[in-house]
Amino acid sequence: MTGYTEKIREIAARLLTEGKVDRVIGFRKGTVPMMNQPHYVTSPAMAGELIWDSHCGLNLANYVTDRKERIGIVAKGCDSRNLVTHIIENKIKRDQLVIIGVPCTGMVDRSKVCALVEGEITSVEESDDAITVSGNGFSKTIAKTDVLRENCAVCTHRNPVIHDEMVGEPVAEQTGVDAYASVKKVEALSPEEKWNYFEDLISTCIRCYACRNACPLCYCPTCFVDESRPQWVGKSQDPIDVRTFHLLRAYHCAGRCTDCGACETACPMGIKVREFTKKLNKDCFELYGWEAGLTLDKRPPLDVYKTDDPDDFIR
Amino acid sequence: MKLIKIDKKSLKEGIDKLKRTYGVFGPVREKDEFEFKALGAAEMPDFSFSNTRMSPKAIVYPQTQLMFTYSLNDADDDCRILKEVPMDERPRAVIGIRPCDALAFPLVRRNFDTPEYQDTFWVKAYEATTFVGLACNVPCGTCFCTSAGTSPFGKEGLDVLLVEDGDDLFAEALTPKGEALLETAGWTAEAGGGAEEKITALAATANEQISSTVAFDNIKNREILELYNAPFWEEEGFSCINCGTCTYVCPTCWCFDIQDETYGKSGVRMRNWDTCMSPLFTLHASGHNPRTKKVERVRQRFMHKLKYYVDKYDNGIQCVGCGRCVRLCPVNIDIRSICNKMNNFDSEACKCETASS
Repeated sequence: MTGYTEKIREIAARLLTEGKVDRVIGFRKGTVPMMNQPHYVTSPAMAGELIWDSHCGLNLANYVTDRKERIGIVAKGCDSRNLVTHIIENKIKRDQLVIIGVPCTGMVDRSKVCALVEGEITSVEESDDAITVSGNGFSKTIAKTDVLRENCAVCTHRNPVIHDEMVGEPVAEQTGVDAYASVKKVEALSPEEKWNYFEDLISTCIRCYACRNACPLCYCPTCFVDESRPQWVGKSQDPIDVRTFHLLRAYHCAGRCTDCGACETACPMGIKVREFTKKLNKDCFELYGWEAGLTLDKRPPLDVYKTDDPDDFIR
Repeated sequence: MKLIKIDKKSLKEGIDKLKRTYGVFGPVREKDEFEFKALGAAEMPDFSFSNTRMSPKAIVYPQTQLMFTYSLNDADDDCRILKEVPMDERPRAVIGIRPCDALAFPLVRRNFDTPEYQDTFWVKAYEATTFVGLACNVPCGTCFCTSAGTSPFGKEGLDVLLVEDGDDLFAEALTPKGEALLETAGWTAEAGGGAEEKITALAATANEQISSTVAFDNIKNREILELYNAPFWEEEGFSCINCGTCTYVCPTCWCFDIQDETYGKSGVRMRNWDTCMSPLFTLHASGHNPRTKKVERVRQRFMHKLKYYVDKYDNGIQCVGCGRCVRLCPVNIDIRSICNKMNNFDSEACKCETASS
C-alpha cells in the first residue's frame, strides 16, 4: 500500500492536466504522527501534496456532499461504498466524479499503537505489513494486523466497489472473519448488563458531535439535535440526552452505514460508537441480506417497501 | 525563594489532610487516558501523566452548569421568579495542573471578571480554588507553551508550583493562598541547599525540549480585514468537519449557551459550553445565520484566538500552547500552522501571485 502515493499523484496530475476534474480530493501528510488531513488539489503542480498510508482513516465521501464541480476522489473500499450511497441518495452525481480506487489493507488505530509503547511517538515509518514507531530512546516495529482499526479487521470489502482509476492491483478480500462478533457479545448480555455496557461506553461523551460530522451519511441541513423549533433533545450533559443522541444517530444510519469507522476514528474520547451502528448493520444483513453501498442498482431496504419484507417482529 | 521538600510519604499524608479542608482534584487514569477528577477518600493524584485529555477548565467552569430554577405554577408565591441555584463555595484545590493549563485561568478571567461585569458563577468558583501546579519535566511534541506566554516551569496562574525530582517533590508557594495550602497539608520541611539549582537545571532541560513554536508578532499590526479576507482560509478550512472537539478540549475557550428546560410546571435555566464550530452558534431567532459556511466558522475560531483577542486585550494570544486541539482534532487542523500562516501572511505578495497566475 506504500507505493500508492506516487500512483495517486500521477493520476491526480493527469486528471487535472487533461481538465477532466476541477479538483482532486485526497489526503495530505499530517503535522503529528499517524494523522493525515483531508485535502484538495486544483493544479497538477499541487498533486505532490497528496499521500497515502495507513493513517487515512477518515471517509472522503464526506467531502463531496452537494458539491457542484467535477471531482477526482481518492477512495478506499469503504469510501467507494459511501460514494455509491451518496449517488443513490442524490448527494452527488456519478458523472461529476472520477473515482480513484485504492485497494486497502486496512487503517491503523492510533490509540492501539500508542498503547504498545512507553513514551511519545515522534516518527512513524511504514512497510507493506508493518509500521515502525520511534520516539525518545525507543523504536518498535509492529505488525499492521495487530493494530488495525476494529472495522478494518473485520472488513470484507477492501477493494473499491466502484472506480474509474485504480492505484494498484486488487487485494485479497478477507474471508472467515465474523463481521458481527462484537455485536453478538453484546446481544448475549442480560438487559441490565447491556444497559451498564452502553452507559459505560458513552460515559465520557462530550457531545462534540465529531462522530456525526465525520460520517458521510450525516448531511441533514439541520440535525435533530440542533433543531430548536421544536427542540427534540436537551443540550446538556444530562445522560438521557447523551443517550438519545447516540441511539438516534445510529438509527438514522440504519441500512446506510458501510462500517467505514470514521466515527470512531474521529471521536476525541475514544468511544466505540460503532457498537451502535454495527448492531443495525447486522439487523439489515439478517433481515434483508443487505450490506450498504455495494451496488448502484438497488435502493437501501429502508427506502423501499416490498411485500416479502420480513414482518415477524410485528406482534 | 523558600522551597519545601515533599517526599512520597508526606505527599500522601498531606493530601489526606487537604481533603478535610478542600475538595481535592487531581489527574487520575480513566480508560487509558488521564482526566482531572475530584479525588475520593482513598484516591491519590497520579503524576505519571503527560497531560490530561480534557483541560481542567471544567473544575471552575463545568460543561453543564445549573444557574437558576423556576416555577410556572401560578399557585406558587415565587411563580416565574428565577432563583439562583446555590453554589458549592467550599475551598477546592487542583493538584498537578500543568503550567499551560494554569495560565488559562487568568486568561479566561479577562473575560469573566471585568470591572463592568462579573460572571458570579465563574468568579466564585475561581476564587474558591487553589491551583497547585506540576512543572513539566518532559513536555511533548505538540507543546508550544514557550511561545504562548508560559513555559514548562511557568508560574503564572498558580498558587503553588511543584517540581518532581525523582521520588520527591519540591514545592514553592507563590501566593498567600498557596502558603495556606502548604500549611494545611503540613508540607513545611525546607528543602536543603542545592534545590534551587536543581530546579533551574530541570527547567532549562524542559525548555530545550519544547520543539514547536508559534509566532504572532506581526498579527497585531495587520488590518483585521486583511487577515479576514486572506485566501488561505478556504484551503485550511476544507478538512474541518465542524465538530466541537477543539473548543471543548481547549482550556481557554469560554463560550457558553443558555438553555431553559421545563418539566411540567417547573424548570431550570442552565448554561452549557458552546462551540463556534457549530452553525447553531450564530443562528439568529429570525432564522438568519451570519456564519453559514464552515470555512467562516474555522476562520472565526482562529481570528478570535489569534487576532480579535490580541487586539482587545493586548496580552498575547488566546491560547496557552497546551496542544490538545492539535492532538485531538479528527482532521489534523493545527493551530500552530494557522498562527504562523497568519503571522507570515503578505497580502501584497498574494495579490501579485494572483495577478500573474
